[in-house]
Amino acid sequence: MSSTFDTVANIIADTADIPRDKITPESHAIDDLGIDSLAFLDIAFAVDKAFGIKLPLEQWTQEVNEGKVPAEEYFVLKNLVARIDALVAAKSA
Amino acid sequence: MRLEYFEMIDRVARFDREGKRLDARSTVPMESPVFEGHFPDHPLVPGVLLTETMAQASGYLLLGLVDFAHMPFLVGVDRARFRTFVGPGTVLDIEAAVEHEGSGYAVTKAKIRADGKAICDAELRFKTLPFPAELKDRMRDRAREIGLVEAA
Repeated sequence: MSSTFDTVANIIADTADIPRDKITPESHAIDDLGIDSLAFLDIAFAVDKAFGIKLPLEQWTQEVNEGKVPAEEYFVLKNLVARIDALVAAKSA
Repeated sequence: MRLEYFEMIDRVARFDREGKRLDARSTVPMESPVFEGHFPDHPLVPGVLLTETMAQASGYLLLGLVDFAHMPFLVGVDRARFRTFVGPGTVLDIEAAVEHEGSGYAVTKAKIRADGKAICDAELRFKTLPFPAELKDRMRDRAREIGLVEAA
């Protein structure tokens, strides 16, 4: 898996105190890893700093709450990583 | 300061929108019911109230930056250090600066000094949420009283 995934997985392991080997690209941050909304803020802060981006959490939350996008699109790690990569690419474009 | 009413900021001395920084000043009251318990015959401002003071300075900074569009609620305190005791009558210089503005959250660093001497410092996290309807006017009123509206 990508270095982005490794960085994100290490952040989650450190921030949420989850064993690193339990974190896979298929893990759902909430359903599988039990990360709550407050812990996810800590993770978002670390991700924002590590990649120099701003995860659009408010937009994602609104889209999920309104049923426009399934939560898996943002909270399954391989999808989250893809969105981080897209934000990084957009920043340097 | 009115410790028992959680009014921790007396006056905003400076609001720097570009630098995302706020300086404030407060004077610890000579008497307060808080000092009856903390501690009997040895009054000291509790560390939690110094933390609240740093949080309120940070909160007013964030409110000023977004022109009261959202209300910041404290959700985390990291690396808080209390370096010396604070007693009645102490004049506190409070400084808050934005460390990171995320989507729906913000992180600040704040510190308090007295006579140039470090009192305490911490990194604070806030979740920013839509204003509860009944709170917005009250927060604006209080911000006006302490000079934030004028400074911003």
